[in-house]
Amino acid sequence: MRAPTPSRGIGAAEVILGLSVGILVVVVAVPVLIIFFNAFWVNGQFNLADTLKILREPDTYTALLNSLFIASGVTVMSTIIGTFFAWLVTRTDLPFKPAMRVLFLVPFMLPSFIGALAWKMLLSPRAGYINRFLMDVVGLDGPVFDIYTFPGIMAVETMYLFPFVFIQVCGALERMDPTLEESARISGASLFTITRKITIPLVRPSILSGALLIMLYSMAHFGTVAVLGIEVGIFNIPTLIYEKIHQSAGSFNSIRTGTVLATVLVITAALIMFIQSKVLSRGRYQIIAGKSFRPVETKLRALRMPMLVFCIAYIGFTIVLPTVTIFMVGGLKTYGLPFTAENLTLANYRYILFDWKLTRDAIWNSVTLGLAAALITMFAGVMISYVIVKMKVRGKGILEFLGMLPFSVPGSVIALGVILAWSGKFGINIYNTVWIILVAYIARYMAFSLKANSAALEQVHDSLVEAARASGAGMGQALRDIVLPLVRPGMFAAFFLIFLPALRELTVSVLLYGPTTRTIGVAIYTLNEDGETVYSAALAGIALMIIVTAQTLIGRFTRARTAS
Amino acid sequence: MASVQLQGIRKSYGDNTVLRDLSLTVNDGECFTLLGPSGCGKTVLLRLVAGFERPDAGSIRIGERVVSDAAASVSAAPNERDLGVVFQDYAVWPHMTVFDNIAYPLKLAKVTQTALRARVMDAVGQVNLRGLEDRMPSQLSGGQQQRVALARALVAKPSLLLLDEPLCNLDAGLREEMRFEIKEIQKNLGITIFYVTHDQEIALAISDRMAIMDEKGVIRQIGAPDEIFEQPADDFVFRFMGVANFLPVHRQPGGGWVTGGGQRFPWEPDGDACAWLAGFRPSDVRLGRDGEGLRCRVKRASFLGAMMDYLIEVDGAQFRTQIETHAALAQGLMFGESEACMVTLHSVHWFKAGEIPEGRR
Repeated sequence: MRAPTPSRGIGAAEVILGLSVGILVVVVAVPVLIIFFNAFWVNGQFNLADTLKILREPDTYTALLNSLFIASGVTVMSTIIGTFFAWLVTRTDLPFKPAMRVLFLVPFMLPSFIGALAWKMLLSPRAGYINRFLMDVVGLDGPVFDIYTFPGIMAVETMYLFPFVFIQVCGALERMDPTLEESARISGASLFTITRKITIPLVRPSILSGALLIMLYSMAHFGTVAVLGIEVGIFNIPTLIYEKIHQSAGSFNSIRTGTVLATVLVITAALIMFIQSKVLSRGRYQIIAGKSFRPVETKLRALRMPMLVFCIAYIGFTIVLPTVTIFMVGGLKTYGLPFTAENLTLANYRYILFDWKLTRDAIWNSVTLGLAAALITMFAGVMISYVIVKMKVRGKGILEFLGMLPFSVPGSVIALGVILAWSGKFGINIYNTVWIILVAYIARYMAFSLKANSAALEQVHDSLVEAARASGAGMGQALRDIVLPLVRPGMFAAFFLIFLPALRELTVSVLLYGPTTRTIGVAIYTLNEDGETVYSAALAGIALMIIVTAQTLIGRFTRARTAS
Repeated sequence: MASVQLQGIRKSYGDNTVLRDLSLTVNDGECFTLLGPSGCGKTVLLRLVAGFERPDAGSIRIGERVVSDAAASVSAAPNERDLGVVFQDYAVWPHMTVFDNIAYPLKLAKVTQTALRARVMDAVGQVNLRGLEDRMPSQLSGGQQQRVALARALVAKPSLLLLDEPLCNLDAGLREEMRFEIKEIQKNLGITIFYVTHDQEIALAISDRMAIMDEKGVIRQIGAPDEIFEQPADDFVFRFMGVANFLPVHRQPGGGWVTGGGQRFPWEPDGDACAWLAGFRPSDVRLGRDGEGLRCRVKRASFLGAMMDYLIEVDGAQFRTQIETHAALAQGLMFGESEACMVTLHSVHWFKAGEIPEGRR
């Protein structure tokens, strides 16, 4: 049905519309446009030749190729692992399936740059604990593993990204109508044939869509490559942007290179998003019904226990081992000492929590920035979603486009755009303050909020509002009494969808931080860079505790809400 | 209580003109039904009366008050029109209890707490929901939710009640029950009802007067239900009011002949035109084995339990009729397929042949 038209048009509707457009233009459109402008215009003139020249510079195209190479490797590995585990926990008689399913989602909680840090401590060729153990105790001649390599980087990213595929494929396998497979079985197909001919083609869209998500994420991923690559000269696009901006202290050439790289990243991301939407729209067969069926389980027979052991070993190796390492190293008196009782202390944790201004600032900054970004984005998101979903206005397609744009604009691009836009160009200079990080966070996370709020608003039928109007409520009253209570869950969802990632964010803030405006992510990263490995690990440990606590509280809270 | 007067209403969405120059009066205190096929613009008309949409031209009066006038740019907001509306999808607020849903209009009207409670409980009783006041809508069946919507629309004693297909999502039994209840409430309260539906059965059952609207948003006939059923203004109305049979009849000097064959048709249209269609209901057909009438053939015989359903062919044209099974047995009228039969008709409505598009017959 159609949206209610407010009684005397002008006023509220126009204000809401104007405000929505204003917010999105200032926060999203300006930074992105300014990047394109800087990438293609030199001295006020369109200059494609110059842009191409930058792309042909060795370090630029190497970074491009590296980004592609790493992303491809990560995508392939994550897809195989994610699909395999998804099949294992949905379609087999593996013991403890529900618990396993939850455990495989834990990597989502672990920021991958912290994982990278842990693996560096374990597998760096000289100082890594595993390598040293193999050399000193087992007596091998040289280091066995080297984490500072492409395979190392890919492996670490895979460990923390595969849940994207896992979660999608799990969902598809569970929703799939089992009669499709049963009828194939009745027709005499073997289980192998069914899997190959029926099951896999049916879940292929989900696999592909998860894989593309990983591709997108990995192309634009900063943390792991920064921790494991920069030291040995492996750069991808985001780390090269970071390097250019930081080295040069804002020289024109380096900023231009940054914007060209950013443009390439945006175009690639847009292409990936486009392919993904095509895959999803083609893959929407009716057979994946909304209901939950009881799928047929494959009997693992003799493999049942070995598979369980394999899963537990995988989780132990990719989650428990790195986490324990972080906490242990964080407790060491000096980095490199063996983990013995006399070497371990809580002093580091006490120091960074209570005494050291740098880390205390970082924790405070991350928490306040996360809260502020989540609150602002949540309220702006409700308003903009309302315009998009409910109002009959011309040009709201632009709003939708602008709002969803950040989904395909990587964090480092937003950060770069924000630097260009808000360091004095338009008379406002907030560079080196927390405000510039806040603006970037709002741009980065607006799409999350719009998604959650639009979904909630779409559930609120227009007739609910009209019923209130007919009952004697004015438009404002109807919004307050009917719409707001009904979209509140969507608003909460938006809040948490923003607060949690903002808490552990590195990619954006690492380009924007100033002397007193480090976030937790930046502090961990820079401490590690400066060789303060022990403090870096201790802070990472504290970050993990904050993240896990917040996630648990939120889980409790939302579960209590849905139960009531 | 109030009358509703629509004067020269036009409404379009983009290039699509839904209503053009439509005028209609609903009398004070009557139950008026607007009946039409889906997508004909009847809901749009109801939304115009409610104030959810504004007409592009024309004016709307509720009682003495002009609530919409396109020429004078007058448009009262829905909350200023003193209405009750019941929506097709119930529109019961899912976050409020039954009591709070029904109480909402009174709260907005600033009714005191004690009076509010009494009136809500009164409305709850009226729609037979006693004992369910504290339930959430998700704990109610579709029929119960519909009653909540009805009670909510009635509780503030509006002068006009608008109902938009309120029964079409209910199953057959409930639909019948609610139909009686709406009629009952209307009688008790003397409220004016404007009811929009595509279901001719409901319309016939509850209306004091009704209007038939065609796909183009044009009103074909207004009148009492029996009037419309017995004296349809045109073939559209005739067809819309139930199963319709049409036989092409040729008029020649000396009488009508069934087109496509040489049989004399026992009725004669009055009018000059040549080609006619004789319209009649299955219940207007009298079957026989011999005697007077048209010579026909049973093309298909279906046993439906209490009834026999026959598809009958005469000179290339076909029509349907039904006969009670026990009557068929008693009178020897259990025909098999391809058997010959004789047909006479109780009554016939004449329509000019050109008016009815092919494939519609």
